[in-house]
Amino acid sequence: MAQVTPDSPPATEPLLKVRGLEKHFGAVQALYAVDLDLPAGYVTALCGDNGAGKSVLTKCISGVYQPDHGQVFWEGMPVHVRSTRDASRLGIETVYQDLALCDNLDIVQNMFLGRERLRRAFLDEDDMEREAAKTLASLRVTTVRSIRQPVASLSGGQRQSVAVAKAVMWNSKLVIMDEPTAALGVNQTRQVLDLVKRLRDRGLAVMVISHNLNDVFEVADRIAVLHLGRMVTQDKASAFDRQSLVEYMTTGSLSRTARRDAPAETS
Amino acid sequence: MARIEAPDLPPDPTAAVEAAAVEIPPELVAQTFGEYARAYAARIRNGESGVLPVVAGLVAIMVVFEVISPNHVFLSAGNLVNLFQQSAVFMVLAMAETFALLLGEIDLSVGFVGACGGVIAVQLVQPATTKWPWWAAILAALAFCAAVGALQGTIITRLGIPSFIVTLAGFLIFNGVMLILLLLGPFSGYPNLNIQDPNVQVLFNLMAGTIDPTVSWIAMAIMVLGLGVFLWFGDQRRRKSGLVAPPVGLTVLKIALIAGAGIVVVAISDINRANFGTLAGVPWVVPIVLFVLGAWTILLERTKYGRYVYAIGGNAEAARRAGINVALIRTVAFALCSMTAGIGLILYASYIGGMSNNVQGGQYVLFAVAAAVIGGTSLFGGRGKVIHGVLGGLVIGGIYNGMYLQGLDVQRIFIVTGLVLLAAVSIDALSRRAASAGSSARV
Repeated sequence: MAQVTPDSPPATEPLLKVRGLEKHFGAVQALYAVDLDLPAGYVTALCGDNGAGKSVLTKCISGVYQPDHGQVFWEGMPVHVRSTRDASRLGIETVYQDLALCDNLDIVQNMFLGRERLRRAFLDEDDMEREAAKTLASLRVTTVRSIRQPVASLSGGQRQSVAVAKAVMWNSKLVIMDEPTAALGVNQTRQVLDLVKRLRDRGLAVMVISHNLNDVFEVADRIAVLHLGRMVTQDKASAFDRQSLVEYMTTGSLSRTARRDAPAETS
Repeated sequence: MARIEAPDLPPDPTAAVEAAAVEIPPELVAQTFGEYARAYAARIRNGESGVLPVVAGLVAIMVVFEVISPNHVFLSAGNLVNLFQQSAVFMVLAMAETFALLLGEIDLSVGFVGACGGVIAVQLVQPATTKWPWWAAILAALAFCAAVGALQGTIITRLGIPSFIVTLAGFLIFNGVMLILLLLGPFSGYPNLNIQDPNVQVLFNLMAGTIDPTVSWIAMAIMVLGLGVFLWFGDQRRRKSGLVAPPVGLTVLKIALIAGAGIVVVAISDINRANFGTLAGVPWVVPIVLFVLGAWTILLERTKYGRYVYAIGGNAEAARRAGINVALIRTVAFALCSMTAGIGLILYASYIGGMSNNVQGGQYVLFAVAAAVIGGTSLFGGRGKVIHGVLGGLVIGGIYNGMYLQGLDVQRIFIVTGLVLLAAVSIDALSRRAASAGSSARV
């Protein structure tokens, strides 16, 4: 797969722009003046240690939490995302770590859950099946034997693929994936990472939250690192190597020794 | 299933797919009838057998009781019709309970809430008092039951109290309410339906009244034809548009089975089953049960509402995130459950010819849950069908009827029914464990 890794940051306005976002829960400040850009056609990896604020930031973007301060710009326009419904309406879909699939329902039923198509008051199964098949084929999710099999019979990677296809089917422009490869085997991880690249190639903005540095360097075009609620760095993936990324994640800054291999950073 | 994940195998991306194959309903992957049969056999070996165990159980009950019953009367026309009538209350209550079970909940109050409905219907048609037309009395009874169910459902969903507790309270409350309702009116004893009044006779004949044989045949033919056309053209359209569809042979087999069942039921019912004079024809209770079965099957399998019931039973959190109003769906399910129970106990009133304080509301709840679970509905939510209640109800009715013919006393009947329930729940639990062990091995 062709790696779309630009040497210069995207010139156009990013799809989603977060400026000065702050969030606290009681006395606990979870995010301090966070800036984040999520351009279309790029995979942005959000990295950080446990408790760095990755989930809080994600939930502020997807409408689960309301930020206390700061502004979110969608396609250049300031927006207030007050609920996950608002987010869906804009085109922001989140694939949660637990995937939120119903094991007892089949793939088609899961993909259309909550947005079923009707014909004369009854479910239009044929139409939904065709649409689901089209979406899965376009994402080249071809390992499932039948899209009418219950999700309980799918492997972890296939479930992840179904959850992603469900998110993509609704003309979403930004897909946020929380730890998509956690608990997956080698081959399953490959399936999912390929899927992430395909989303990017379709021109979607993708944000991947991951602890797994292999995955981050494999798919990410851009990397953003949170440390104790602050965005410590945000740059193209080629600006990092393993050592520097780990150092950013654990200490929030880069010591001089680690800087040796890495290209120059704007402080 | 786990054998495919054996460590000596090289990692193969298709391994998981093959492992999954055994759990897929066979109609999804089979293109020919032979493939379908083989896939179905594989699925049964893996514990995903659908209605097969309960159908096999029914056949076993029939054979055993026919052999051991005095003069081999079990399979006589008279006894079979009687068996269906005895089972009807179990079947309808089991269909009611299906709504609660699909959500992973339970409704212990169905027996007495339904009994309240039965008493209301019987009381309202009494010529000595209110003289309501039979249909208005039934509607009032069902409205009462639905309202009670909605109230219990609201308490369960809005206050977050387990359904077990709320409906246990309902069980006691409506036992009392039923007794109060029974004592209303200027009757010595309890209100009954065995009165020479055409309006009251309609209720009295719901269970035992028969349909003219010619009409039965025509009605049965229309129903089979309608279902057959629906199945045939539905499957044909899916085959043509390249969607997942069963092979032609299977569609034909299904239609043939439906037609066969229809012919057998009408033919048996049309045999004269009276010792003196004539008593023949399909009893009204058959179309009533079929109507409830058809209506709830369509609701649960072809509408958004039904889809959401299954989704909540499978993963309530996923349903909530999909924007489904979980509390509303659950509340409506409890209302439908109680309303269906009302239908069941109106049939009971018709069978008994009135209502009295002999209604075994507590026992009926247990038999309703047992029937649904024996039929194949899961106690853990998300899996099951309305027809499971009908099949399970027949099993329980068959055991009851057969042991009664043997002259066995009620204590032995309880023990055998309890053992059958235990076996059915064990199968459910074991097949679930096998399925979840399989899927965790594949993650």
